[in-house]
Amino acid sequence: MEFAELIRTGQAQAELLRGPEEPPLRGTLCITGHHLLLSPGPQATPDLWLLLLRNVDSIEKRVAGDSGTITLRCKDLRVLQLDIEGVEATLDIARSIEALSSLESVITSFPFFYRPKGLRLGDAWHFHPPECYYKRVARETNAWRLSEANEDFSLCPSYPRAVIVPRAVDDSALARSARFRQGGRFPVLSYYHAPSGTVLLRAGQPLTGPQKRRCSEDEELLRAVLAGARPGARGFIVDTRSPQAAKQARMSGGGTEPKAAYPGWKRLHRPLERGRPLQESFVRLVEACGDLEQSMDRWLNRLESCRWLSHVKETLSTACLAAQSMEQEGACVLVHGAEGTDSTLLITSLAQLILDPLSRTMAGFQELIEREWVQAGHPFQLRCAHSAFSHARPKHEAPTFLLFLDCVWQLGRQFPLSLEFGEGMLLALFEHAYASPFGTFLCNNEKERCLCEVRTRTHSLWSGLRQPKEQRKLRNPLYVPNPLAIWPSAEPQSLRLWQGLFLRGTHPPEPSEVAWEKVWQIVTDQEKTEGSQPTDSASEPGP
Amino acid sequence: MEHIRTTKVEQVKLLDRFSTSNKSLTGTLYLTATHLLFIDAHQKETWILHHHIASVEKLALTTSGCPLVIQCKNFRTVHFIVPRERDCHDIYNSLLQLSKQAKYEDLYAFSYNPKQNDAERLRGWELIDLAEEYKRMGVPNSNWQLSDANRDYKICETYPRELYVPRIASKPIIVGSSKFRSKGRFPVLSYYHQSKELNAMANRAAGKGYENEDNYSNIRFQFVGIENIHVMRSSLQKLLEVNGTKGLSVNDFYSGLESSGWLRHIKAVMDAAIFLAKAIAVESASVLVHCSDGWDRTSQVCSLGSLLLDPYYRTIRGFMVLIEKDWISFGHKFSERCGHLDGDPKEVSPVFTQFLECVWHLTEQFPQAFEFNEAFLLQIHEHIHSCQFGNFIGNCQKEREELKLKEKTYSLWPFLLGDQKKYLNPLYSSQSQKSAVLEPNTVSFNFKFWRNMYHQFDRTLHPRQSVFNIIMNLNEQNKQLEKDIKDLESQIKQRKNKQTDGILSKELLNSVRPESPALKATLSLKEQALLPVNDVLRTIEGSSPADNRYSEYADEFSKAEPAVVSLEYGVARMTC
Repeated sequence: MEFAELIRTGQAQAELLRGPEEPPLRGTLCITGHHLLLSPGPQATPDLWLLLLRNVDSIEKRVAGDSGTITLRCKDLRVLQLDIEGVEATLDIARSIEALSSLESVITSFPFFYRPKGLRLGDAWHFHPPECYYKRVARETNAWRLSEANEDFSLCPSYPRAVIVPRAVDDSALARSARFRQGGRFPVLSYYHAPSGTVLLRAGQPLTGPQKRRCSEDEELLRAVLAGARPGARGFIVDTRSPQAAKQARMSGGGTEPKAAYPGWKRLHRPLERGRPLQESFVRLVEACGDLEQSMDRWLNRLESCRWLSHVKETLSTACLAAQSMEQEGACVLVHGAEGTDSTLLITSLAQLILDPLSRTMAGFQELIEREWVQAGHPFQLRCAHSAFSHARPKHEAPTFLLFLDCVWQLGRQFPLSLEFGEGMLLALFEHAYASPFGTFLCNNEKERCLCEVRTRTHSLWSGLRQPKEQRKLRNPLYVPNPLAIWPSAEPQSLRLWQGLFLRGTHPPEPSEVAWEKVWQIVTDQEKTEGSQPTDSASEPGP
Repeated sequence: MEHIRTTKVEQVKLLDRFSTSNKSLTGTLYLTATHLLFIDAHQKETWILHHHIASVEKLALTTSGCPLVIQCKNFRTVHFIVPRERDCHDIYNSLLQLSKQAKYEDLYAFSYNPKQNDAERLRGWELIDLAEEYKRMGVPNSNWQLSDANRDYKICETYPRELYVPRIASKPIIVGSSKFRSKGRFPVLSYYHQSKELNAMANRAAGKGYENEDNYSNIRFQFVGIENIHVMRSSLQKLLEVNGTKGLSVNDFYSGLESSGWLRHIKAVMDAAIFLAKAIAVESASVLVHCSDGWDRTSQVCSLGSLLLDPYYRTIRGFMVLIEKDWISFGHKFSERCGHLDGDPKEVSPVFTQFLECVWHLTEQFPQAFEFNEAFLLQIHEHIHSCQFGNFIGNCQKEREELKLKEKTYSLWPFLLGDQKKYLNPLYSSQSQKSAVLEPNTVSFNFKFWRNMYHQFDRTLHPRQSVFNIIMNLNEQNKQLEKDIKDLESQIKQRKNKQTDGILSKELLNSVRPESPALKATLSLKEQALLPVNDVLRTIEGSSPADNRYSEYADEFSKAEPAVVSLEYGVARMTC
């Protein structure tokens, strides 16, 4: 294997510290192409400790006397400490980890080698194909059709092969609208809200430029959207930039939809943070969460100044605004910012969770992520290249997906019975987005995934999550289907720091975990006693 | 009632506290001898006890009427608009009078009548027996005895009659010590810790200055900087100003939380209690706690320390005992601190509220350690201000005896115990309490704003579904089902016994076997019926976009199209 030259040492004796609550682990440390292993010897349980090297975000080494210490800060926000015998061994291991954890090639990454027992390659890739959803909408509405105009990714490299567009618009018009939108991202359907007959759309910004260019096909497309909804339907364009930023974008070829060109559509600006400022917010929050000694004032000050919870609030209230426009105002909504691959997806996916009971089920939520994040072209590879500990200068990193998960966590706290999945599911998605043995979050879009043959050569996370042993961790024991829209409060007093995630490196697991275990017990007791009741009622002899 | 001029005003508007578009409910306002009552068009009633009113404010007349803002001690804030200024003025004046009584005898407790006879009332007062509690702790014993020195409140007016002191402390020693301590509050036993290794105890006393270390052998000093009542009062004031702001941003919320210092104070109290518990449990040391007078910070630290050390105090009854002992009997000045009467506003301070908040933080950190839930704490907080029961009226036991509270008023505790079901923590596990001493982590992250206290009445800020209710319900059903199973099992046994007597037929026996196909059918049917537990609990209270503030951006949707609309807060601008 080509990794051999990067591995500087075979093995060493080491002690591993995994956090404040867990006991240290002693044993033999080894490095393979993708993993760091600690084997505690034959008697010990668990018999092997394993870390995916891709999970390492930053590495720090220190030597003293004839031993050394390596601190690994992981992308999943865990912090590990390895005390290693031998100075040479320490340095060699540190260098090997540095080299192997920063490999960028997709096709030599671990998912291409991961062959777990019990899973067959290609099994679950079609588990949540967006086409199924699109076909259903096309069937139900009669105003929308599935288009294969992007079959070869020529219209839009970041869209999937199949997209759903108004029936009244033909493929050549789509092609021209695509040329008028950043990244070729012409307006497509994201969600159809059957009770109000309205739709949620997403796109890239229109390329009006300083000359205020127009595109009649693009205008026709949005006109067809309104015509396809109920008669007299209006539309709202939610621009996730400030009016100033949108105006400025014109200088570099972008812009916004001019009002006169899109009758029936009204524009709302709800600026959301993105890109580097968002990444910095994440880094500063994690930094603050790592300091156990700080005073109350300092902590509150840092919590405020990192602005993370402000971003959560803005995101949630914008998503609510979009959802409300559809449900209450009976209006169609188009969401876009600049590229349409980040804050746009935040809003469209959250609005669906608020409105759509199906997306709150285990399967529905996975389908939503597959359709609105993976297939919709959120550039996971770029955004999740580094997490909060990396010393590398951020280029394209941004925790957009994490912000989404945090908003979902807040929804779950406010509606603890309405989501079928629990906090464990959100934590798992966070971990897998940054480093995973599965192929789901590899690459930046469907086109790249096709080139790398991700679908045929790696396993899907969705099949991994279906393993029975995972269920207790992922599911919400108290779930009861709730047919209503769930409207969260976005007031600062109602939002809370997601401790289970942000404090996982420094803080013992929240005691509520123990309590949660008790909840599971109560629920299973309930099922057991309920289940055993008929045994007795059946055995009760009739009169 | 002499203070009431107007008893009913119609067409009054109740404004939503956090609405930026002045959303309101219209209804009728009634003024009774004890309550202010608002009934809206949907017949929903809002009751406000006069004693709960902390301040009434009449704002400048507007076109829609005269605004009346009422702040309550239980953190409810209501904003009425009364159409006619004269009505508003009448109500305002009445409330000013009714909310600040001059005499104890005019408090609600003296007229409150829950329809119990004298015997029941007395039994209620005897429910919590402190002599019994000291016995439970293991005193008197070879080192500690009951002292009669204060039997007639001669040594210390603010202590109870019955005090436990070291056996070697003779009366002259006690008298001498009491003269050396502020208000005669000499060191007495607060809690006696029984542990396997050694016995230790926490005492209490008053200071004003501190002991010269040279004069006390084998003693170590620890200063734990908890601020005084005035600092605490203004800290809470700041906190309430911040969280009462309309359209609060996340940044203003956290910077306000920081500058109020509130959580810093809570942490300081908690740290002191942990220090005390550790000294007793780990070092087996005795601890003397005092502040200046020994009835505020001392009560906080002693009671919290006891709560950490002794699982008994984490039960519903034990918590009542703890409050009776460390707060009521040792002379925390409830009437002054809660402003029951029209008195010195500088004596008012949220000392007891802080204690309850510390307990809440403990319940958050140890979700299985407490028999009671948050509602219990909120209910107690409600009643320290309500003056509906006699327990918290007055400032010390002597005063309470003079007021004849046990004859003229009712005790709160039997009412809370009668309603116990509401206050049970479904996750409580008494077994896991064997190891007893709680060791909370007071890292700053662990202190959170107590929304359910300070926004108790702001429905829209709360989670829309309650996990506690649902678990409570499941637990109850489990119990019922288990009981059913037992009943049925015993029936089977009986039948089997009869069967040996030849009464039961063979077919009947067969049907008891689990392989029976008929049984399987019932099983699968049963599973379907299992799902919804109680639809009342599933309703999503308050979840409508209209209840939330983001909806007000959308109010703009329906307006005529202006060229540029800039909305409040400068965040959202809408260009058309």
